[in-house]
Amino acid sequence: MKQSVQFRKGRGHHLLLAPYSVWSALFIVVPLVFIAYYAFTDNNFAFTTENITRFFTTKSNVTAADGSVSEVRTYLLIFMRSLKLSVISTALCLLLGYPTAYIMARSSDRAQKIMLTLIMIPMWMNFLIRTYAWMTILQDTGILNGLLSSLHLPNIHIIGTESAVVIGMVYDYFPYMVLPIYSIMAKMDVRLLEAARDLGCNGVSVLRRVIFPLSLPGVLSGITMVLIPSISTFYISQKLGSGKFFLIGDAIEGQYIANNLHFAAAMAFILMLILLVCMYLMKYFTNRHLYGGGEA
Amino acid sequence: MKKIVTAVLAAALMLTLAFALTGCGASETLTLNVYNWGEYISDGSEDSFDTIAEFEAWYEETYGQKVNVNYDTYTSNEDMYAKLSAGAVSYDVIIPSDYMIARMAQEDMLLPLNFDNIPNYKNIDSTFHGLYYDPDDTYSVPYTYGIVGIIYDANVVDEADATGWDLMWNEKYSGSILQFNNARDAFGTAMYKLNIDVNTTDHAEWDRAYEALMEQRPLRYGLVMDEIFNMMEAGEAAVGAYYAGDYFTMVDDQAEDVDLQFYYPDPTNYFVDAMCIPSCCEHKELAEIFINYMLSEEPAIANAEYTYYASPNTAVVSSPVYIEDMGEDVLEVLYPPMDDFSALYNLYAYRNLDQATLDYLNTLWENVKIN
Repeated sequence: MKQSVQFRKGRGHHLLLAPYSVWSALFIVVPLVFIAYYAFTDNNFAFTTENITRFFTTKSNVTAADGSVSEVRTYLLIFMRSLKLSVISTALCLLLGYPTAYIMARSSDRAQKIMLTLIMIPMWMNFLIRTYAWMTILQDTGILNGLLSSLHLPNIHIIGTESAVVIGMVYDYFPYMVLPIYSIMAKMDVRLLEAARDLGCNGVSVLRRVIFPLSLPGVLSGITMVLIPSISTFYISQKLGSGKFFLIGDAIEGQYIANNLHFAAAMAFILMLILLVCMYLMKYFTNRHLYGGGEA
Repeated sequence: MKKIVTAVLAAALMLTLAFALTGCGASETLTLNVYNWGEYISDGSEDSFDTIAEFEAWYEETYGQKVNVNYDTYTSNEDMYAKLSAGAVSYDVIIPSDYMIARMAQEDMLLPLNFDNIPNYKNIDSTFHGLYYDPDDTYSVPYTYGIVGIIYDANVVDEADATGWDLMWNEKYSGSILQFNNARDAFGTAMYKLNIDVNTTDHAEWDRAYEALMEQRPLRYGLVMDEIFNMMEAGEAAVGAYYAGDYFTMVDDQAEDVDLQFYYPDPTNYFVDAMCIPSCCEHKELAEIFINYMLSEEPAIANAEYTYYASPNTAVVSSPVYIEDMGEDVLEVLYPPMDDFSALYNLYAYRNLDQATLDYLNTLWENVKIN
């Protein structure tokens, strides 16, 4: 312990950090620069903002179920649909994940280890395979409907619907919500909760005024870790949505196949900016809530 | 004690790294980088012929030199193209599809082959010479070819309805029809149905195909790619278009109450995948020797049996071993009687679309998808 404290004060840590710095510069910063560069250039690599304006201005006609035709802004519509699915999935993950994390953190050491392993085990499998497995479970001739039939219950049609996509997303990203919240809660000082009780808080108040504010950083990183991959996913929606959902990830892939790398990069760039702004706002309001101030 | 173990482990790690970086120092080992579709070569699984290992052994025996084959895979022509055009990679042999070969040749991304090193080229049936993507047979050697057909569940679909592309638009099977989940193939089905040239630059023709896809929309189960295997095998859907070879994979795994059948609509899509040497190649002669090896009887038969795609290689098609292994039923489907493959192929195969048409197609596809 003593050693590590001294070490942290020395200059050696810069050296130790070097491999990671090089790694992140090469594989995180450089690609980001490339995306920005492609987003603001045309096929001859001359500067243009056309790719960006195209995202906001392209229009097309959509026929509603009742046959009425309306003009929409193509990519904004696609973005809003992606956002809707990912917000629903994130909210469900939080709703299920928060109590799970709480129960885990309050269990015995042994039970904690078992529950942690149970949550991690699915992550050992490739997520493509896990998504495929859900296809087999949810389809009309699948395991779920087979089970319902054997119980003489009516079958449900779920594959290819929004619900199927949400189920897949919640399942795939659930650990990313539970783990950060759990790691914060496990470190929470039990004496604080006891003190709150002693000072007259009832159960609900302890949760609302002590546990929840203290766990907010975990909730925040959980939301970030679920929202970001789920908004840009295209695999889950392709497989469980029977190809009927066209999300922003699909749109980017389509432009890539059509050899429009610059527009594809512009879409990725805009998506990244929107997410960054969302994250910043979320952090800003959480900090204000936590500390009463506005510091980030 | 713990410290010693850690130190030893760390040293071992450093050593492995050092070796990995210097390529083990054995200077006389050659390296051949092969870049191919996934699941597109006999790889030794389930007691099949291990093409790569056999080539390495054969090469050492014949030339007295060790060769190490790095084998990478891609999932689409576009992925492969993007990786090669970005540079910073070095592949010696690639196996793209026809339209991509045309595009790469046009962009000087392929090297002309030296056929003196590929004597087994004589095994390629003459009907596969001079196809549109490589009219003078400069850059490519055909590896497989295929034809798109329609697969249907005979327990659901009336035999009388199983004809032409109309089956994919038949309202009787509403909710059981699968369409391709990629722009070119989905539009292809509509264009073959309407007898439109799939390589047209006329926007009005693409619009007609778009209308047909919109008309089909309420009848579709969904848009799928390789999920079609699962869906057809389980009886989840009853009609879908796919490649002939893949039909047999589905039949092998079909559920008890499913009876999958297959036929070719007319006209339909034909494709050829061919071996090429990209301009980033570092060992051209070795690459040509590899291509030549792939054309020789044993590996060619093994690959044709493994991939279930039709082979342009006469040493395969005339081989009694191949004929017996595949069986008459399979061969009948894989090699339908054709007057003139190259004429049909040059008429109906996908060609490389110009950028304006590609953009128009993608816009229409986005419209199909957001509706």
